[in-house]
Amino acid sequence: MTALLVIAGQEVRAGIRNRWVIMTTVILAALALSLVLLGSTPTGTIGASPLTVVVVSLASLTIFLVPLIALLLSFDSIVGEDERGTLLLLLAYPVSRGQIVLGKFVGQITILALATVVGYGVAGAVLYFGSAGDAENWPDFAVLIGTSILLGAVFIALGVLVSIVVRERATAAGLAVGLWLLLVLVYDLALVGLLVADQGKSVTESMLNGLLLLNPTDIYRLINLTGHDAVAQVAGMAAMQANLSLSALYAALLAWVALPLAAGVLIFNKRRA
Amino acid sequence: MKAVVELTRATKRYGRIAALQDVSLALNPGETVAVIGHNGAGKTTLMKLVLGLIRPSSGSVLVHGADPAGRKGARVRRSVGFVPESVAFHAAMTATELLSFYARLKGAPCEKNKTLLERVGLAEAAHRRVGTYSKGMRQRLLLAQALLGQPGLLLLDEPTSGLDPESRSQIYETIDQLRTEGATVMLSSHALAEIEHHVSRVALLHRGRLIAAGDLPTMRRQVSLPSRLRLTVKHCMTERVLSSLTEEVTLMSRGPDWLEFAVPETSKISLLREVTAMPDVVLDVEMKHPSLEVLYHHLCAEEE
Repeated sequence: MTALLVIAGQEVRAGIRNRWVIMTTVILAALALSLVLLGSTPTGTIGASPLTVVVVSLASLTIFLVPLIALLLSFDSIVGEDERGTLLLLLAYPVSRGQIVLGKFVGQITILALATVVGYGVAGAVLYFGSAGDAENWPDFAVLIGTSILLGAVFIALGVLVSIVVRERATAAGLAVGLWLLLVLVYDLALVGLLVADQGKSVTESMLNGLLLLNPTDIYRLINLTGHDAVAQVAGMAAMQANLSLSALYAALLAWVALPLAAGVLIFNKRRA
Repeated sequence: MKAVVELTRATKRYGRIAALQDVSLALNPGETVAVIGHNGAGKTTLMKLVLGLIRPSSGSVLVHGADPAGRKGARVRRSVGFVPESVAFHAAMTATELLSFYARLKGAPCEKNKTLLERVGLAEAAHRRVGTYSKGMRQRLLLAQALLGQPGLLLLDEPTSGLDPESRSQIYETIDQLRTEGATVMLSSHALAEIEHHVSRVALLHRGRLIAAGDLPTMRRQVSLPSRLRLTVKHCMTERVLSSLTEEVTLMSRGPDWLEFAVPETSKISLLREVTAMPDVVLDVEMKHPSLEVLYHHLCAEEE
């Protein structure tokens, strides 16, 4: 346990030193702020609170940005150390391979959580002090921050897995980009295409639910855009309000974190040093 | 005496290639053993086996009586220091930061880190980014991390490769110090002439097999390579010296006031007796034993 935290701490320290922490925080804060400042213009007509509009637009932005940042943080966790020769050294220490993998994960999710909380928090603070508070919608904002971190955790876990299965850093980078394209863009396009082509003949609702759970970004979307009435109205996704319970969605997202990590530890333990 | 490291018929196969084959080797406490051999002879594989990073395909590896790749592997590794062949540390970190990271991983007290950096000659650069370090400084930092927690066993994989003479001698100085402190050291190297005087035993690997192991005098006796004897004699007296020698020797080269012979191991002593019996003619005697390098080439050629 101590070794895990030591490795996580070193990961955070390295993140601060090579300016990853400050960069991601600034990027997330800048985008969230711009949404807060610009996004409040068109709200009057639909009668939604500015906060709800911000939650919806911020969630859509997060789906693109957070997975990308998470993959950039994690894609070379193991393969990078391997290429630098520090992995061999690390393995010669009284540390288990599971501790190395989980330590890396904990360190990277700490960096991302810090950036998300501070970045989105700044935007939230501006909103809080700038507009009349619509107190009942603040929990939605909290859920947004929490699930954004969870979405980041999914992609960090996937990135760590990528860094274990490949033998070269360049391959890991390619695979990470491919994963991002697939889960963030291609999957949804293909799904829409399938639904249009099928015309509701053979794809049942439960099949669709299953297909949505197979993509972590869709689970995130379901939680944030349909999970709460006020938000769902604005997001235009009221019709989608799935029969999936919130707890099932959270469980699915957590499984998306746990499974790649478990697979990573397993594969790392099997492979030769 | 209980061996610190004990390999018994250890074999490591990668697919159909045997990286190590039937290697039996024991390191006794306080010994410094050099593992030599060509690139790909199995030196690094041997170290990885001892560290428990890989398991032998057959045979056994014991460190302090336990299997380093087994469940008690972590405890074994706590008392082992390792210097890998090449490491690029995180360039933005300082030596102090890196050393305290590794100390915490090993459960060693961080207070001793300063003394450790002084010991390897990095005290002044301790707070500089490692990215600004020279190769020699990085290697010394690597040695410092291996010394964390005063390990009883040190594995050094080519600790001096690519270093300038000063850094090299500093590394050997540390190795000699460790020897006097009673640590067991296994080091691999290609700098045969250098390590000759710093090790108690040599293990020679060739294509994954251990073809010779022992201290240098024993190995010399086994291969019976001739030593070189150089005599400085009075001007123009070389003929007189040659005619008065009865021992069987081969004259290799000569000058007006010197002679050089190849002397087989068996006639070394009697030849010396004959030579020293002519103090009026022979001014100086210089004996050169076959170096580790010569032994190495001879033994490898025998294997081919």
